This record gives sequence, C-alpha cells and structure tokens, in this order.
Amino acid sequence: MFGWIILALAVLLILWLIATYNGLILLKNQSLNGWKQIDIQLKRRHDLIPNLVETVKGAMNFEQTTLTKVIEARNKAIAAQGIADKAEQENILTGALRQLFALVENYPNLKSNENVSRLQEELSSTENRIGFARQFYNDIATKFNTAQQTFPTNLAVNAFGFKPADLFEILDASEKEVPKVDLSLK
Amino acid sequence: MNIYEQAGRNQRWSLVLITIFILFFLFIGIGLDHYYGAGLGVPFFTVIAFLVAVISSYSGYLYGDKLILSSTHARELDLNDPKQKQWQNVVEEISIAAGIPLPKTYIIDDPDPNAFATGRSPKNSSLVVTRGLLDTLARDELQAVAAHEMSHIRNFDIRLMLVVAVLVGSVALVCDWASRGLFFRDNRRSDRRGESSVTLIILMTWLITVVLAPVLSQLMAMFVSRQREYLADASGAELTRNPLALAKALKKISSRVGPTRSINQGTAHLCISDPKGELAGAKEGWLADLFATHPPIKKRIQVLEEMAYLK
Repeated sequence: MFGWIILALAVLLILWLIATYNGLILLKNQSLNGWKQIDIQLKRRHDLIPNLVETVKGAMNFEQTTLTKVIEARNKAIAAQGIADKAEQENILTGALRQLFALVENYPNLKSNENVSRLQEELSSTENRIGFARQFYNDIATKFNTAQQTFPTNLAVNAFGFKPADLFEILDASEKEVPKVDLSLK
Repeated sequence: MNIYEQAGRNQRWSLVLITIFILFFLFIGIGLDHYYGAGLGVPFFTVIAFLVAVISSYSGYLYGDKLILSSTHARELDLNDPKQKQWQNVVEEISIAAGIPLPKTYIIDDPDPNAFATGRSPKNSSLVVTRGLLDTLARDELQAVAAHEMSHIRNFDIRLMLVVAVLVGSVALVCDWASRGLFFRDNRRSDRRGESSVTLIILMTWLITVVLAPVLSQLMAMFVSRQREYLADASGAELTRNPLALAKALKKISSRVGPTRSINQGTAHLCISDPKGELAGAKEGWLADLFATHPPIKKRIQVLEEMAYLK
C-alpha cells in the first residue's frame, strides 16, 4: 500500500515537471519570437534612414551636423551587440531622428515635399512598430519571468536551467527624465 | 475576464448557438411534417429543415465574410494613396501590438465614418473602413479604431458575429417560409377535432415560435453584440495604451450622424458604431438599449475617459 502511494506521488511529480517544463518552453519561445519582431522593425528603420537623408540633404545644407549624427547613430545601432548595448544605441538613434524631424519643420519646401512626407509617415510608423513590438516583447517576457519566479515553479527552474529574460528598457537619460512643468505665468 | 478567457468563451458560444439553431430548425421541420407530412410516410420537412440548418451554418461559416465584403462593395486598399497607406501602416502596427497575423484590409467608398472586422479566426480575418473614417480621424484616432477592431478579431468576436449574422438570416428565411405555408393549409386534414390538448399546446408553441423567432433572433444578435463593445473598447485601449484617442475618435464618429448607406442592418453588429446613424448613441434607456447593436456612445466615451483617470 505504502509503495503504491510513493509510486503515485512520483508519477504526479513527473507529470508536474513535464507540464512546468513545457509551459516554460512555450513562454521562452514566445519571448524569443517577440524579440525577433523588434529586430525586424529595427532593421526596417535602418533601411529607411539612408533614403530619408538622401531626400532632405539638398534642402538642408546648413544642418549637415544633424544629418551626420543620424547616419552615425544608425551605423552604431547596426553594429551594436547584446540587448543592453542595442537598446542604448537605438535610443540614441531615436533621439537623433526626432531632432531631424524637428528641423524639417523649419523648411516649408521640405514639409510640402511628397517624398519627405511619405518617408516621414513610414518612419513614424516604424517608430510605432518598434514601440509596439517592445511592448509585446516586454509583456511576454514579464510573463515568462513571473512564471519562473512564482512558487512552486521556482523550485524546478534551476534544475531546468532557465534564465530570466531581459526587458527592453529605456536607457537614454533624456527619455527617462520627468518633464519639467513650468507654473510661472508668463 | 481577460482576453484569452473571452476568446475561449466566444468559441464555445459559437458552438452552442449553432446547436440551438439546428434544434430550432428541427422543431420547425417537425411542426411542418405534423401539418402536411402524414401522407408522405417520411419526415420530409424535418429532413429539409435540418439540411438547410447544417448547410447554411456551414457555408456561412466558410463564406460569410466574403459575402459581407461583397455586399458592402469593399475593395482592397490602394497603397499609392497616402491616406490609405497610412491606414495600412496603422493596421500593421496594431497587429504587432496584438501579436496576431495581419488581417486583410479593405475600404468602402462611403463618406460616413465607420469600420468593421469580419472573418472566422485571427488567421482568416478582414478589416474594413470607410473613406469617411480615414478622412475624419487623426493618426492616433485611427490607431484606436484599428485596436478596437483588432480586439474583436483576437477575441474571436468575429466568428461569433459571423455565425449570428448567418443564423439570423436563415431563421428569417425559414420562418417566412413556414408561416406562408400556414395560409395554404391542406383542408384534407381539418377532420382532426379529436386532437388532445397536449398536441394543441405543442401546436400553439410551434406557431408562436414561427412568429416570434425572427424578432427574438434579432434581439439576441443585438444583445450579443452590445456585450462585446465595452470589452473591445477596453482591450483596444490596452493595446495602444491610449484610451483617450478612442474616446476622441468615438466623439468625432458620433458627431457625424449620417447613416452609413453602404452597410446594411445585417452587418450592423460588426461595426464600430451603429451604421443607422441617428441611433448612434443619441437614445438611452433600456428600450433603446434593447433595440441597439451598440451601447450608447456617450457611455462608451465616459468609460474610456475614466480609464484615463479624467473623471
């Protein structure tokens, strides 16, 4: 009788381990897939930038430094390795692009140029896609991490060799800053 | 209730509804056999009604979305047009946020702002907008509308709605057919004075069913649709993290009270706002609610603004 109980418990334990392992693998693959989605959208952005620079170059002779900055930031972002470095370089690129578009506002003939507005739409769409892909990745990765850390799954995690996934965070200092509110009446 | 539980519930409900409707068709068929069928020796009408039920729900499930698309004269987007390209981009963005495959996109040449989604699963879905919506709304508002529709897709609301649309249509058809038959009742069988009261009660129930079923099925379609709008609003806002954009979009849509002519009542429950136009949120109260496919727009806006901690 006692032997049967031990056997039943062992079978239950094995079933639980299988279910836990498979559940974690599912989440892990989903977050890897989510990460790939970010990569795809980042590549889309990298591909669009040379076009943009080419289109605005003629009209923006005086803003050469900004254009160079964008190109440099793009090349660095492509070369970046590892999640943390990548996130940082991409954030610098976002900042450089934002600056460029702020400057485009000063050139009426650029603003009304059909090619520029089309590229602008493509780039802002890409920014959104990157944002949403990050959001999706972070949601899935958080789920994966929570599953690993909650009891009783956490007991099995080390044996399986799972590691928590890195979240895609905002590392750029300027984006982290709390906007200052000026309440003085001017 | 989260979106995955809702998706599971919707898939179960689709099955339950189909079963109820098949049983209903059998009931109609048995009634007709009781009236006419005795001379034939086989339950002729029962078999016909059953076949009609099975074939119409199955073909509706498979081809209903295409039927709806062609009845609204929806055509594919022209990506050379900047507004339509923008909409395509917005839909692609939201499908990334929702983590579902990209739905097929269509446009209707109608000046009234409206949008709907249809299909049988996220892998097989279509998203339709009117020209008026693209012209009226700003980019973030378009995003909000896309997110609302994408939630209907992700929830499997579209499958349930498709099944409901097909079944409501065939109930109307069969009941019409059955009640016409009553007037041509065969006089040979008028010698049944000895019928027991139980048979009479069943007969009365059958008659009442035939008369009321079209109305009841319409009401049910509206109820099913109303229930799902708040959830789609909420989970849409969860995708964009911007409930106010949807509130703004709904305000703009409701201020254009003209009816969406190209969308008929059969497709109304799929739309983001009631295509009848004047009904779009103007009336409140339980009676107006009962006959509306959507909750009052005012209430929806209020809920969204509460989500943004504005009230």
